[in-house]
Amino acid sequence: MSWIVEFYRSSIGRKVVMAVSGLALFGFVLIHMVGNLKVYLGPEAFNHYAEGLRTIGDPLFGYGQLLWIARIGLLLAVVVHIHAAWKTTQVSRAARPAGYQLRRSVQQTYAERTMRWGGVIVLLFILYHLAHFTFGPDWAHPDFVPGDPYHNFVVGFQVWWVSAFYIVAQLCLGLHLKHGLWSLFQSLGITPDQDSGHGDWRRTFATSFALVIVLGNISFPLAVLAGVVQ
Amino acid sequence: MHLTLKIWRQSSPEDAGQLVTYEMPDVSEHMSFLEMLDVLNERLTEQGEDPVSFDHDCREGICGMCGLMINGSAHGPRAATTTCQLHMREFEDGETILIEPWRAEAFPVVKDLVVDRSSFDRIIQVGGYVSVNTGSAPDANALPIGKEVANRAMDAAACIGCGACVAQCPNGAAQLFTSAKIAHLALLPQGQPERQRRTQRMVEQMEQEAFGSCSNFRECEAVCPKEIDVGFIAMMNREYLRAKLS
Ligand code: HEM
Ligand code: FES
Repeated sequence: MSWIVEFYRSSIGRKVVMAVSGLALFGFVLIHMVGNLKVYLGPEAFNHYAEGLRTIGDPLFGYGQLLWIARIGLLLAVVVHIHAAWKTTQVSRAARPAGYQLRRSVQQTYAERTMRWGGVIVLLFILYHLAHFTFGPDWAHPDFVPGDPYHNFVVGFQVWWVSAFYIVAQLCLGLHLKHGLWSLFQSLGITPDQDSGHGDWRRTFATSFALVIVLGNISFPLAVLAGVVQ
Repeated sequence: MHLTLKIWRQSSPEDAGQLVTYEMPDVSEHMSFLEMLDVLNERLTEQGEDPVSFDHDCREGICGMCGLMINGSAHGPRAATTTCQLHMREFEDGETILIEPWRAEAFPVVKDLVVDRSSFDRIIQVGGYVSVNTGSAPDANALPIGKEVANRAMDAAACIGCGACVAQCPNGAAQLFTSAKIAHLALLPQGQPERQRRTQRMVEQMEQEAFGSCSNFRECEAVCPKEIDVGFIAMMNREYLRAKLS
């Protein structure tokens, strides 16, 4: 155990932890988005999919068991990811207590500059999103019906400012992933073959998946507002 | 050309320090940046004032002593150029130039624009060498090394340890420097026997100095006068992981 603690204390080890937890969260977000595309197949298909999540692993796992294991794993990944992000930020702040009068970025991109605050917005979004569609208290959802996710989905997104918040949060997530999905390869020491002459496939990977996730997720509130899904 | 300089003046490590403005009415665009400061210092000396302290040695871009934060970027506006190799033609007549020292907890200001970079020396001291008796110079090509590997090792070995990477990094991290020093030895046959131990010790020393944590923002490679790229940082991460897991 002690080597894990020591590893996590080093800035390199901490970034490995961030990369692995970030990768796990990315995997979840991707599957989550693809799964939600079922909403375009109508209420039956969508509710059947949502119910099906609870019976995955049957008969090895009982009703909802695997889902809970996944939830615990995700919670762990979020906690670890955020702790590492927080710690990393602390260490870096302490490394330059007296700042410059002026420091200009040369090639740092907007996505890179917003990793921290963008991450915080994504976190707030996750919390709200859980209240909105999973727990459904009155303040978060106007008419939450347990067991009818299609209804909750449509009614939930009909509130325009809720939809707007979802869209903003997805744009933040997209920026986060545009840098993060490239950065994680750096953190894990995975580089393109120097001499392949094909450029950096990690950039292509990061930009494409960031785009796919943002477009997929943004389509949901837009489809409800436009009346395509009702 | 006429320039206005705003220079960080700090009489000692304890002094709070401040920006002081100097007018430079007659600067030749052919001067190097350091020659321009020489002119200022001559004038200050004649006036009985304390000249501005700044580090320099070779003035040909190979020793790594010079290094100033010029208008918010390390070594000034020109890519792949040390401060001593920067010329005044990069600036406009009438421009105001802000000159600050490298700022990092691990690089404390000694005086004015001079910082103490011995944290870099300590990283080298724990492993940035090959501890075998090398005797006299070996015959050329006695030890075959592939061209790509030799090129890559040379890219890393070009590091002059100026500290611009740390100075420019939003996180004050020293990953580019440390990785270059680890990589040029890890790539060559001479570096193999101590490869894992070297990586571990140099990384751990880097962690102990008050450097920040790399976020892969790539600002370091953008200002590196020797154009060392962040691919070496990935390589260091890989080397460190391998050393830790084996
Ligand atoms: C769905 C949620 C999320 C996903 C998929 C995700 C993914 C990632 C990935 C892949 C990285 C790159 C790791 C590396 O460079 O090795 C990363 C970095 C980062 N994440 Fe997240 N993340 C998520 C949520 C969050 C949240 C909620 C926060 C903060 C509250 C956050 C803060 C950060 C920060 C600050 C970094 C950059 C760390 C650095 O290098 O300095 N992330 N994220
Ligand atoms: S003085 Fe030697 S590199 Fe600039």
